[in-house]
Amino acid sequence: MLILAIYVSIFVAAYVIYNTVAGGMRSRDGYNARKTVTFGDESAVTPNRAASIISVISIFLIWGAFTGSTLTPVHVPGPFIGDTSFTYTATNAQNQTADATVYVRVRPISDTFTKPELGKQTQTGFAKDDAMKVGAWRSGLLRAQNNDEGGKIKGYRVTAIDGQPIAPKQSVEVTDGVVNMTAKGSLSFVPYQGWQMEPIWLPAPEAVVRRLIEISRDGYQNVTLLENVGWSLFRVIMGFVLGSLVGIPLGYAMGLNNWFRGWFDPIVEFMRPIPPLALIPLIIIWFGIWEKGKISLLFLAALWIMTISARAGVSGVNITKVHAAYSLGASKFQLLTRVIIPNSLPEIFTGARVAMGVCWGTVVAAELVAAEKGAGKMIIAASKFQQTDIVIMGIILIGIIGYGIDILMRKAEDVLVPWKGKS
Amino acid sequence: MTETEQPFLHIDQVSMTFSLPNGASIEALKDVSLTLAEGELMSVLGPSGCGKTTLLNIIAGFLAPTSGQVVLNGNQVTGPGPERGMVFQQGALFEWMSVRKNVGFGPAMKGVSAAETRDIVDGLLETVGLHDFGEKAVYELSGGMQQRVALARCLANDPDVILMDEPLGALDALTREKMQGLVLKLWKETGKTIILITHSVEEALLLGERLLVMAPRPGRIHKEYRLPFADMGVDADLREVKKHTDYEPMREEILSMIWEMEEEIMGKKE
Repeated sequence: MLILAIYVSIFVAAYVIYNTVAGGMRSRDGYNARKTVTFGDESAVTPNRAASIISVISIFLIWGAFTGSTLTPVHVPGPFIGDTSFTYTATNAQNQTADATVYVRVRPISDTFTKPELGKQTQTGFAKDDAMKVGAWRSGLLRAQNNDEGGKIKGYRVTAIDGQPIAPKQSVEVTDGVVNMTAKGSLSFVPYQGWQMEPIWLPAPEAVVRRLIEISRDGYQNVTLLENVGWSLFRVIMGFVLGSLVGIPLGYAMGLNNWFRGWFDPIVEFMRPIPPLALIPLIIIWFGIWEKGKISLLFLAALWIMTISARAGVSGVNITKVHAAYSLGASKFQLLTRVIIPNSLPEIFTGARVAMGVCWGTVVAAELVAAEKGAGKMIIAASKFQQTDIVIMGIILIGIIGYGIDILMRKAEDVLVPWKGKS
Repeated sequence: MTETEQPFLHIDQVSMTFSLPNGASIEALKDVSLTLAEGELMSVLGPSGCGKTTLLNIIAGFLAPTSGQVVLNGNQVTGPGPERGMVFQQGALFEWMSVRKNVGFGPAMKGVSAAETRDIVDGLLETVGLHDFGEKAVYELSGGMQQRVALARCLANDPDVILMDEPLGALDALTREKMQGLVLKLWKETGKTIILITHSVEEALLLGERLLVMAPRPGRIHKEYRLPFADMGVDADLREVKKHTDYEPMREEILSMIWEMEEEIMGKKE
């Protein structure tokens, strides 16, 4: 909730600041600038690049602020790290009271550290000072009675912390933390946890970058990063190519012939809505968990999409183009190669983009189930060891590669089918 | 009938009946007979639903008539063929090809050599005024230029008959007038037989040595005119032709004829 509120306020603040700062110097010469109706005019809405940049930066800022990153200047309060102390008041079986101090040292759990020295002796009566160590974001159990005289005798109890009365199942706030009393009367100290995320939940951005460098150099579990990503890409491309090799001719046949159309329509329409992930169990039973299984899965993921787009490409050919070609003396084969296939290319490219996206998503999921190498395998293995930095690195990498594939497909489309949408 | 007496294009008692899914049927054409001599320019006019496009599709070979036949140069038409060129209203160019490739499509289909095709295409691009646009993509051209490409592509095949299905219908008035001049010029220069379907009475008058008015329900030939305007338009400005004393009365006559037919249809519907 807090993060959402911060995010919304950054959004609003950036908008207001951008408009006041950039409003004066914005160009008034552009065609859109002279439009009086922009709200509702789709062509007048273009992504504001400044907003995109601020958006990405603010995500990293929030990430950094909540993980205590060294990259961000401002942080939300972190957990208490350092030495602190509190006093307790105990009552013994004879109804005498005595005070003692507990010295606490709090350090990140990744550090090795010792209990603090006992400070100046403030203990009175039968109570004796204690020392304890607690990891940041953790809690420590304090057995105050262990070193107190008569602490093991029935009737001994702690009655107050820092002068504030405490009873079982109650808590008292002290400097730098909270002291809880369990139902049985023992104490536990929870140092102040702050707003930051523990690295095990969310590591700082630089930790993720460090991991990226480390893993791209040394690999993870004896598999290099390139190998992991390469295997995933290899599977996607194999599945996509096989799916296209079967799907595109099948789609053409369905678009050109009644019998093919009738025969395959029920199959295609039935298979299309099934998410490829739902096929994983069956694929594993049939083909096993290794490459054959994964490539079969991706083949099926790409097949129906390519079939349908090729079919749509053929159906979408304008009848006047077909008539024109026949009137110019084209044979059926010439019509297919010179008119129908080029005419369907834009549709096929659209399908290919969708298919590549689906395949990339499916391969990661399939690797989560079983794989020796692959981007998905890397993150599932890391998650088992709670190496959250590797998990996050993997997710970001998967996202970037998926985005990269789409950009490449779009570029290829621009080069290969420049007439798209221009008929 | 001897070989020499045989008409160039003979449309013989052509009827076309479409049956509808609900069991009814429509007589799109009924007993249409017509002959054309080589080199004639005929425009076809009529209210919507008179079957003029159906007639053109039958001549082109895209539709087989329910009865009757079309005979061109002694050969019965059974399907589309390169001897009957088509020019469509729009959308019939191949966007994935350059202007040059579009125009050279017909020769390429016939297996004409690349050099020869090049010569044919160069000549035609010159004729239609697109000699600088050969390497352009067709989607970069304006609507008028695209129709110039369509005309050139049709002529590249050297067809015996050119069938035009409202070729200028999608163009703006000014471009249309220019293109009408071009069609007349091509007709005169190439001596082709042309059948042109149009919705515009003016266009039908200007681009019809013969003008055929068709009537609907059933689609049939209503009246035929022989007009002097096309011949005049070959040499003179089309605007001058329109000033001819016969032009205006003729236009009025045909307009009111079509109006009456349209009103008759409306009356039948109510």
